[in-house]
Amino acid sequence: MINDTLQNRRYVIAVIISAVIVLYVLRLFTIQIIESKYKEGADSNAFLKKTQFPPRGLIYDRKHTLMVYNKPAYDIALIMREIHDLDTVAFCKALSIDKSYFINRIAEIKDHHRNPGYSSYTPQLFMTQLGIEDIATIQQSMYKYPGFYIQNRTLREYAFPSAAHVLGSIGEVSQKKIDNDDYYNQGDYAGRDGIEFTYEEQLRGEKGVEILLRDAKGRIKGKYENGKEDIAPKAGLNLTLTLDAQLQILAEKLFSGKVGSVVAIEPATGEILAMVSNPSFNPSILVGRQRSENYMQLVNDPTKPLMNRATQAQYSPGSSFKPLQALVLQQMDGINESTMFACNGPESSPIKCTHHHGSPVSLLSAIEQSCNPYFWNAFRVTIEKDGYGEKNAIFRKNYSEWVDRIKSFGLGSKFTDGDIYEQSRGNIPSEKYYNRVYQSVTGWRAITIRSNSIGQGEVLVTPLQLANVMSAIANEGYYITPHLNKCDSMLKKIHQCKVDKKYFPIVYEGMSRVFEYGTARASKIEGLDMCGKTGTADNSHGKPHSIFVGFAPRVNPKIAIAVVVENAGFGSEYAAPIFSLLVEQYLQGKIKRVELEDRVTKIVTNYNVQER
Amino acid sequence: MSKNVSIRYALDWTTVFYYVVLVLMGWISIYGASYNFDQASIFDFSQRAGKQFIWILSAFAIGGILLLIDSKLYNIFAYFIYVGAILLLIVTIFVAHDIKGSRSWLMIGPISFQPAELAKMATALGLAKFMSAYNYKLKTWKDLIPLGLIIFAPFILIILQNETGTALVYVAFLLMLYREGMKGIVLLIGSFTILLFVIIIKLSIVTLQVDQGTLGMVLGMGIILLVQIGYAIFICRNQKEAIILLLGTILVGVAAYILNIWFYVNYNYVSIFTVVASCIYWIFIELFHRYKKYWFLVLFSICSVLFCFSADYLFEKVLEPHQQVRIKVLLNMEDAPLGAGYNVNQSKIAIGSGGFWGKGFLNGTQTKLKYVPEQDTDFIFCTVGEEHGFWGSTLVLFVFWLLLMRILRIAERQREAFSRIYAYCVASILFFHLMINVGMVLGIMPVIGIPLPFFSYGGSSLWGFTILLFILLRLDAARLERMR
Ligand SMILES: [Zn+2]
Repeated sequence: MINDTLQNRRYVIAVIISAVIVLYVLRLFTIQIIESKYKEGADSNAFLKKTQFPPRGLIYDRKHTLMVYNKPAYDIALIMREIHDLDTVAFCKALSIDKSYFINRIAEIKDHHRNPGYSSYTPQLFMTQLGIEDIATIQQSMYKYPGFYIQNRTLREYAFPSAAHVLGSIGEVSQKKIDNDDYYNQGDYAGRDGIEFTYEEQLRGEKGVEILLRDAKGRIKGKYENGKEDIAPKAGLNLTLTLDAQLQILAEKLFSGKVGSVVAIEPATGEILAMVSNPSFNPSILVGRQRSENYMQLVNDPTKPLMNRATQAQYSPGSSFKPLQALVLQQMDGINESTMFACNGPESSPIKCTHHHGSPVSLLSAIEQSCNPYFWNAFRVTIEKDGYGEKNAIFRKNYSEWVDRIKSFGLGSKFTDGDIYEQSRGNIPSEKYYNRVYQSVTGWRAITIRSNSIGQGEVLVTPLQLANVMSAIANEGYYITPHLNKCDSMLKKIHQCKVDKKYFPIVYEGMSRVFEYGTARASKIEGLDMCGKTGTADNSHGKPHSIFVGFAPRVNPKIAIAVVVENAGFGSEYAAPIFSLLVEQYLQGKIKRVELEDRVTKIVTNYNVQER
Repeated sequence: MSKNVSIRYALDWTTVFYYVVLVLMGWISIYGASYNFDQASIFDFSQRAGKQFIWILSAFAIGGILLLIDSKLYNIFAYFIYVGAILLLIVTIFVAHDIKGSRSWLMIGPISFQPAELAKMATALGLAKFMSAYNYKLKTWKDLIPLGLIIFAPFILIILQNETGTALVYVAFLLMLYREGMKGIVLLIGSFTILLFVIIIKLSIVTLQVDQGTLGMVLGMGIILLVQIGYAIFICRNQKEAIILLLGTILVGVAAYILNIWFYVNYNYVSIFTVVASCIYWIFIELFHRYKKYWFLVLFSICSVLFCFSADYLFEKVLEPHQQVRIKVLLNMEDAPLGAGYNVNQSKIAIGSGGFWGKGFLNGTQTKLKYVPEQDTDFIFCTVGEEHGFWGSTLVLFVFWLLLMRILRIAERQREAFSRIYAYCVASILFFHLMINVGMVLGIMPVIGIPLPFFSYGGSSLWGFTILLFILLRLDAARLERMR
């Protein structure tokens, strides 16, 4: 019986369905036949939404010097349906373009494969990023070319021809970006790399809309509701960088004719004061119409000017690794202040000493004199201190501890909580790595991995990481993730390093002596106690890289710097003077040693480097 | 060989015919929607119509294959298919790329696919299997809880993919549950809830005098009182009580209005007070006369009052801002032509401009000017309305109606509960899609992005609906097989 009543429910369901469909038919009848307002809506007036582009946020340096601003630019757009009686010759002449360019461009716009959003009813970009000088001629005669419109835009303009890698550039958005972000439309611009990319959402602002009415033939009939519904564009937010423009400019100047990079950090805040990668280029060449041509030139340049060596190039730190090594080996109880090792100078085995000095050597003089045998022996006794154990287990445990403490200074991985675009990881070889390379857990010993002791071999760092290590040493064992945006939230990203405070003073003393008696005597600044360390990193591409790291002043440090000059030679000869000049500029506000500045500027280590 | 013959004989060709008609009409509309005057043929594979052609051919192939599979397998593997679909939904959440906030697309080479479209079919199979079990009754908790889980699992997973619209389709199963024995009152209460919600939200911005309550709340309470009076008259056949209640309400109203001259009166509280008083009155009657019919009324009133209070809260706190805006647009509360209402407004203009006969194939200007967004997917019905006018749109709705009626007929002629339940699932899903999608385009329903079955551009949805329908056709064909 119950089933019968349930079966009857099919009628209820059928009635519900039918009722909805009848309701919809009635609604259609109302909209399509009874009411006339919709027809008028379509026939007489339709909306044309005209995007109003917001000015992009300005970029300042830490002293509020304007670095990047906007200049007006113009696009020429066309609506294919509205073009008629076009005097092509006059049009091309007014825009100073070839007729063949015009024909190609029109074909490109109409090509559905290359321009999938094409419609002959909607505005299409004909030419973009024109300067005021480019459109000056055509502006007055625009009325002669129906279907063509001038659209306002802004382009980037740079106060200095510097910091191209830090600032990055702006380019047309990719189709992928358009698909993933509702903000963008075909032909929009967005940050491609550097700060412009990282802070795109902050800098871009909010688009506005101007609502125009037009008839079915596309003719503009004025503003909708007298502009009441228009939305004004909201300018992008300004950005203050941590860079010191003067320091940045000086560093770039000192690098002329050389390949390499500099990173300077304020240790107390992790703020990047300067970040240079040479060869570089004037950021303004990647703006506007000449962008793609210049970009191709940069791509094809064998010296790779597009690469930001400061964050992407990986080098063996060489002797500049020694201060950090000294800290970690002390912390692991392998050595202490009074530990001495013998040094036979160039006859030492298995690692030669590149300097001549007395023997045995203490930790202090080993840092000062950059004694390789000392650090090899110290490294060996530290990771071998408890013996090897069964299957090398104890040795491997100690080695892993060494890796862990070294990495706590920010080496071997990217800074993921900062705002630096495109970094390399660098490398601190792990226990697993060696197990794999030597195909067993017992296949490697301290002697096998000896190059780690002096910062050669598999140990790789970026200049940014190197500068950060100096910053962490200057802070007695912590660092704030190096960053470019000067704001308080960045200061909270504090990382504790795994070395106790008490081990730092002797390293400071050793690094200070580098300027007094050691390898950087020539780069001393009178009346300033600085800490530093040279590095001369062998590599397979010719002369060794010249490296210098350090911070100043010794007490209450204000700046930590890493300098790498590729294939130049000794660290003391090329990198140390650059360090010294940068410190002078930053701490004393100007350079007194003008002839030194001049000499360094004129040194050329690579004749392929082009000034751009 | 013999199997093929039997399929050809037993297949419900009428349904297949409606299906093909709808798919072809959809294809033509997609061509119209994406057509530019300077564009090539309908078979240009770089264009959407061309791509849809490939989807259609492959959908036909899938339909054909499904018919060749032994019908018993669908029953046997129902749970496997359901669990498989659930796993696929879970995987999708983790694997899928973020496309405009939705994480529902799986990319396999050049093809992207939405597993959520398959999950509807799988859930229908799962439900059919579970509810067709021997001795199943829609009464005990033991039966209801797993049932709820079967529906809820894909629902919540699709919500997690940020496809709220697609998830809402699972509400459609209520229709099937109704046919299978769910109390009809559930449907009624559901409708009543929506009515109250709309009134409260829409009228909560209309204030009575200054700060003295909102029209929404007062009307909401008024409706509850009216329901009480109606219940007393028509269900309990007790006109005396009804008149007392009516007089009481009027008395309170007049008293509040007069008191308002000297005192500050908040009408919200007065109306709520009236409902509470009426409840106490019903309880009194109940105890005094032992009618036992008013308990339900009291319970209903209390729930409604609570709902009215929470509706505002639900709206503000639970719904996302864009969902709030969509509902407000639907209720004509937000009137920005270029804001959220823009789509619907343009869609109405496009349809409205079609008139009776339409502007003719490929002659729609509104769709051509790209005023209507998503015109070949969710707003495809617009193109029909503009280019083929009232007669064309009505024809499409008519074919859908024929198809739905046919499915109901197929459902009722099944001998096995499994097939019948599955058929009702299919009908419910198709109907829900039709109702929401066309309702949205016509401005009657909120903007919920779900496709029009067989019409909208896109492989996932076409395949999904084809599979849904052809499994039903295969099950139906088996009905005759067994008779012979
Ligand atoms: Zn030595």
